[in-house]
Amino acid sequence: MIMRRSLLFIPASKPAMLQNAEIFGADSIIFDLEDSVSVDEKDSARILLSQFLISFNLDKVEVCVRVNDLHSPFFVDDLNAMINKKVDTIVLPKANVRDVEFLDKFLLKMELERNILKTINIIPIIETCEAVNQINEIVKINRVNGLLLGGEDLTNDLEVSRTIDGWEIFYPRTKIAYACKARGIDAIDTPYINTLDEEGLILDTKKAKSLGLNAKCAIHPNQVSVINEILSPSIEEIEYASRVMIAVEKSNDKGVFSLDGKMIDKPIINKAKKVLEKAKKFGLKVGAKDEK
Amino acid sequence: MKIGIAGSFDSCDALITVIENDKLEIEIESIVENQFKDEIEKVIRTTLQALDLNKVKVICKDKGALNYTIRARLLSAIARMSDDNA
Amino acid sequence: MKNSLGREVPNSFTPYMEDSLTSFTPIKEKDKVVKTEFLDSIKECFDLLKLSDGMTLSFHHHLRNGDGVLNLVLKEIKERDLKDITIAASSIFPVHEEMCELIENGNITKIYTNYLSGPVAKTITSGKMKDLLIMSTHGGRPFLIESGKLKIDVSFIAAPCVDKAGNGNGVEGKNACGTLGYAIADLKYASKVVLVTDTIKDKLEFVDLDRQYVDYVLKVDSIGEQKGIVSGTTRITRDPVGLIIARNTAKLIDELGLIKEGFSMQTGAGSISLAVTQYIEKLMIERQIKASFALGGITSYYVKMLESGLIKNLYDVQCFDLEAVKSYKNNQNHIGISATEYAGPHNKKALVNKLDFVILGATEIDVNFNVNVTTDSNGIIIGGSGGHFDTARGAKTTIITSQLLRTRLPIVKDEVTTITTLGKDVDIFVCERGIAINPKRTDLIEKLKDSTLNITTIDELLKKAHQITGIPKNVPHKDKIVGVVLASDGTVIDSIYQR
Repeated sequence: MIMRRSLLFIPASKPAMLQNAEIFGADSIIFDLEDSVSVDEKDSARILLSQFLISFNLDKVEVCVRVNDLHSPFFVDDLNAMINKKVDTIVLPKANVRDVEFLDKFLLKMELERNILKTINIIPIIETCEAVNQINEIVKINRVNGLLLGGEDLTNDLEVSRTIDGWEIFYPRTKIAYACKARGIDAIDTPYINTLDEEGLILDTKKAKSLGLNAKCAIHPNQVSVINEILSPSIEEIEYASRVMIAVEKSNDKGVFSLDGKMIDKPIINKAKKVLEKAKKFGLKVGAKDEK
Repeated sequence: MKIGIAGSFDSCDALITVIENDKLEIEIESIVENQFKDEIEKVIRTTLQALDLNKVKVICKDKGALNYTIRARLLSAIARMSDDNA
Repeated sequence: MKNSLGREVPNSFTPYMEDSLTSFTPIKEKDKVVKTEFLDSIKECFDLLKLSDGMTLSFHHHLRNGDGVLNLVLKEIKERDLKDITIAASSIFPVHEEMCELIENGNITKIYTNYLSGPVAKTITSGKMKDLLIMSTHGGRPFLIESGKLKIDVSFIAAPCVDKAGNGNGVEGKNACGTLGYAIADLKYASKVVLVTDTIKDKLEFVDLDRQYVDYVLKVDSIGEQKGIVSGTTRITRDPVGLIIARNTAKLIDELGLIKEGFSMQTGAGSISLAVTQYIEKLMIERQIKASFALGGITSYYVKMLESGLIKNLYDVQCFDLEAVKSYKNNQNHIGISATEYAGPHNKKALVNKLDFVILGATEIDVNFNVNVTTDSNGIIIGGSGGHFDTARGAKTTIITSQLLRTRLPIVKDEVTTITTLGKDVDIFVCERGIAINPKRTDLIEKLKDSTLNITTIDELLKKAHQITGIPKNVPHKDKIVGVVLASDGTVIDSIYQR
């Protein structure tokens, strides 16, 4: 299972941002060839990003590339430049079932041709009403290991405005959360657009978390630490999970037992396992205070 | 005369111009000239060599770009070479 | 001749030696002035003082890049074509560009200062001054003056407000700049003292400069431009790399247990430092912890913390913005101090020695933790110690923060171009790609052994930097020495070369 908290967008056309992309603590970096690159710089951005990926060793983060959509004149060139062993994941904008299926096959063909041993993943961006209705089919496609909500384009398609409360994206958020959790893949929330408003980002991230989304995009490096903090298991959660697992060991598989006077059963144990797995992956301190 | 330009004057970037020429010429202006001029020239030369290009003039105005950026801007400028830009 | 750091020292100077002890024999303060004379012409002032070739004139830099007093005196030196003048100014800024011509013409042949930026720095680096530039520290300067190693013939002290008896302060008048901490040694030890002011009142709210030392008050139209005292670095960074460094620095300080009841700090006015201060403030509020004092150059951020009760006292040697000036004037817990009280190496009670931690910047840092804030990587003078050396030496924990790379230039070097602050006084370096601890601080390394912060070594950071940028070529210098960098005790740490 892939677990992300933060995915940071970095324009592929800006050397100063590329070479610092890895220092902000994002779990994934989405190098962007789409909206943040102007039409006359698409060619140079592709070359710059390729050269950057060749010369920088980014082994601590997931390398994602947002290509231009399948129906744009840039799609084929983008993929030709970006399918290599340095790239982990293709982020596909304006996705629908057909597009994702096409990309899935296209990637397979290219991987074989280029002798790439790993499987490149796909994160479709759900930003049309059509895609929202197809979510349950899209998540079934093998390479898809997360869905990313594109709130701005989606609300345009729906012909409504974005609001602070976010009721207009309540339905797609929920739908993405359920579909992804059912498949064990990442439910990735739309970015918070006002990069100067940290309070707003905190509230928005907490809301997404409460609906079941486990990751969120950042469109500014300063957003990453806030997102990571909210979407990581808390110190209390980790501590409790550690104590649950210690108690499991002591109970010698006796099945049901109690901790702090509370019955511990399978769902609680599974949750504890997940919390610890996350904590380990995110480099958080693991351990129970009163057990040494 | 064919000409191609790529890059910018942003910090950590370089603006590279490639012009059709009767011989190989390289001009470098850099904010880190004292420390890296030779290195920048080496990157430009090896990139041109790999493409078998030796009749061009390359003008590199560098704002502290790393090697990968110099290489990328040079490759983009070459790919963009056309008479239209002249 | 070489010092114990392996750096060249010009003849007639004392080389820095590892274990040398500061010996201090004070000279006598200047004679008491019976009656202060009031003048309104610089010409008359020069005449009365019999200013002549070869004299040493001193200035403070509290008006920073808004200073008009040094320029006023320079004009008169030029007018009279005085030769071989030594200028002892606590700092020199771009606004003092006029000095370049006087240096080139031999009117000014020697300069003592603690910080130097702009055209004058370039002129001196290019080898145009006859004698040497002597770069001291904020604590070292009063030591040199009070021990008679730097004899001042006349001190021209910019005084924002003066009363009819000749007392002065820095808080009233149209060019109020706050404390006058760097001028106190000059006031007490210069042979003659002139307060230069644009505002004379019947009575002052309080006195920073005691009239008993003041020979003359020179009234002018304007001593400068109050706006210029805001140094320009005093805004919190929005730069994401700067903020990452700041956040990790704050976490580090917290993990080291430095945020505890009654702690003390100096964090400076750099944009990263201010962001660190903000994170520290947040922690203090969360945990209801109060600091005993904050020290150094004071900004509005510290003033806010003083006013909200998070800090008990501010000890202010220099106000960095106008909010600090106002607070110094109105808040009795905001206390002005002299450079000697701040950082004098001859003063056992110097406040820098009571600091729990200090956060400082760097232009370069080397694998031995030596720091350069005097020259850039091409060897051009761009600053100077100020209080860098003194606070690093005094504070219990010294933290240097900087980006690892400035465009393509690595900040970490095998050897810094110029040593400003000694590696043995530097404990931690924080940059965006890791935190390096000075190996001699085994206690800190032990404390951080389970840290989730990215703790690495300075050699690793150098390697990382070189992997990204390639190895920079060393920039050769000319043979001629144009200046020396002093430790606070006046011994020479390093030389600055012509470029």
